[in-house]
Amino acid sequence: MIDKKTIEHIAKLARLHVTEAEAQEYSVQLDKALGHFEKISKVNTAGIEPMITPTEIETYWREDVVKQEFTSEEMTSNAPAKSGNLFQVPPVV
Amino acid sequence: MDLTFATISEIADAVKTKKISAKEVTAHFQKRIDSLDGKLNSFTSKNENAVKEADMLDARIAKGEDVGVLAGVPFGIKEMFCTKGQRTTAGSKILENFVPPYDATAVARLKNAGVIVLGKLNQDEFAMGSSNETSFHGPVRNPWDLERVPGGSSGGSAAAQAARLVAGTLGTDTGGSIRQPASFCGIVGVKPTYGRVSRYGIIAYASSLDQAGPMVSTVKDAALTLEVISGFDAQDGTTSQKKVPQWSQNLSTNMKGLKVGLVKEYMSAAGLDSDVQKTVENAVAELKKMGAEIVEVSVPLTEYAVPVYYLVAASEASSNLSRYDGVKYGFRAEFKNLSAVDLAEFYSQTRGQGFGAEVKRRIMLGTYCLSSGYYDAYYTKAGQVRRLIMEEYLSAFKQCDVILSPVTTAPAFKIGERISDPLAMYLNDIFTTSTNLAGLPGMSVPFGMSKGGLPIGVQLTAAHFEEQKMLNVAFALEGVSSVKGKNPHVI
Repeated sequence: MIDKKTIEHIAKLARLHVTEAEAQEYSVQLDKALGHFEKISKVNTAGIEPMITPTEIETYWREDVVKQEFTSEEMTSNAPAKSGNLFQVPPVV
Repeated sequence: MDLTFATISEIADAVKTKKISAKEVTAHFQKRIDSLDGKLNSFTSKNENAVKEADMLDARIAKGEDVGVLAGVPFGIKEMFCTKGQRTTAGSKILENFVPPYDATAVARLKNAGVIVLGKLNQDEFAMGSSNETSFHGPVRNPWDLERVPGGSSGGSAAAQAARLVAGTLGTDTGGSIRQPASFCGIVGVKPTYGRVSRYGIIAYASSLDQAGPMVSTVKDAALTLEVISGFDAQDGTTSQKKVPQWSQNLSTNMKGLKVGLVKEYMSAAGLDSDVQKTVENAVAELKKMGAEIVEVSVPLTEYAVPVYYLVAASEASSNLSRYDGVKYGFRAEFKNLSAVDLAEFYSQTRGQGFGAEVKRRIMLGTYCLSSGYYDAYYTKAGQVRRLIMEEYLSAFKQCDVILSPVTTAPAFKIGERISDPLAMYLNDIFTTSTNLAGLPGMSVPFGMSKGGLPIGVQLTAAHFEEQKMLNVAFALEGVSSVKGKNPHVI
């Protein structure tokens, strides 16, 4: 059962603010979707390795060289707030 | 040559041999966008430098340079692809003002082959949706019937291509997002084998499922475009190092001895529309006439494909989308005094205000599946069933060369009809999601018409890296398609 309290816990884990109305809506919708999805528990998967990616990944080597493809101006050009070429954020310590 | 209806190869040949300039081609399609897209809302932004770029290409051709196999061909690019200097929003408010400093590999390869990008195409937010109704830029309308959805998530690509606002488009497909809109809009859409096309510079939704591919008007155009964008890329460790075949040179309509599989469980799917069923039956009859052998195959786990898909996709999405934090790029919630804001609240407000409803729903679903106590029951279990689904497909492909199936249960539905019931919308993806789960190549080719005058595609799927087989069957079906010669009324 996905109650409102569960929704609030998940929203906190996801760092996602949800309004009262959204919490109510998601609780009903997720409960319904998960109720349907739960049927996968019926499949016998004993000893089956979970699949992470569909095709064989062929590893390769690359030269260990420094590349400078972008300038710091380009890399910070989309910042919502910056000071010089530094990202401006709330205090973190 | 009627430019509006010209194929990609016809345009490229004409530009290379100077029968027409890239600039004239660009101007022709820009004019079409300006006069028709008001009805469709397929474009989200236009490339203001397109004419200049076409001019430069013409100058290179005048000097005798080989500018590539797609010389002067005008393309539209789905908003999921990063385009250097051109706004890339993924259909989301959270990336409303994002201007990438680089091109996605697929886009860079198109440009290197001579493509002129005319603009970016609308889509469901972060490619999460099957109707293009979750976009921050508003819904796209289907050019065959403006009251209906074009499909999704690559709805802008499908609508723009069907209305011939461009000669070619790129889309992405995580659970059917190329094939379903291609079917709804009567165009050809190909999702290649996982690993064929680099995901570098494509905004991530679910990394183990995402693939890019062409959404164009003909099978040959699809093959040609796919050749250009495919192949190993050191920037994406999951790309295959296999040589890219010359699919467009090797297209064949010879179906003699080819084994076409019909999935028993698909044809008895609940809610299958009679026009869709008839379209598949007609395709079977045509292929038989051409000498193909029809075999029945079984994929018993097919009923679990949609649940497994949504559990895997939402889990990966919740992780991928954690990068949108309002720090380095994208939307940031407004705060009166930044230095007094708690960091968790900063993230939470930014993300809560920046993401739309469907994206939030999937982040919540994915976070729940990955959370302590539920991880094994959902994420691990889904991964296990996913492997079993792939194994069933691989054994089906021991009995046949390609699988023929519906793309969707019904033709394009009305705008607003399904948006209020997320689960009903999810269940719509029954025929397309297993292809992504198993990493197989799949495509939609227009084949039938509904009684109401809407195009209906059929889906072809092949074993890993066997795109040629599926393209050949599509090429054969294209020649006898009921959609051939028919056009949407917005054109």
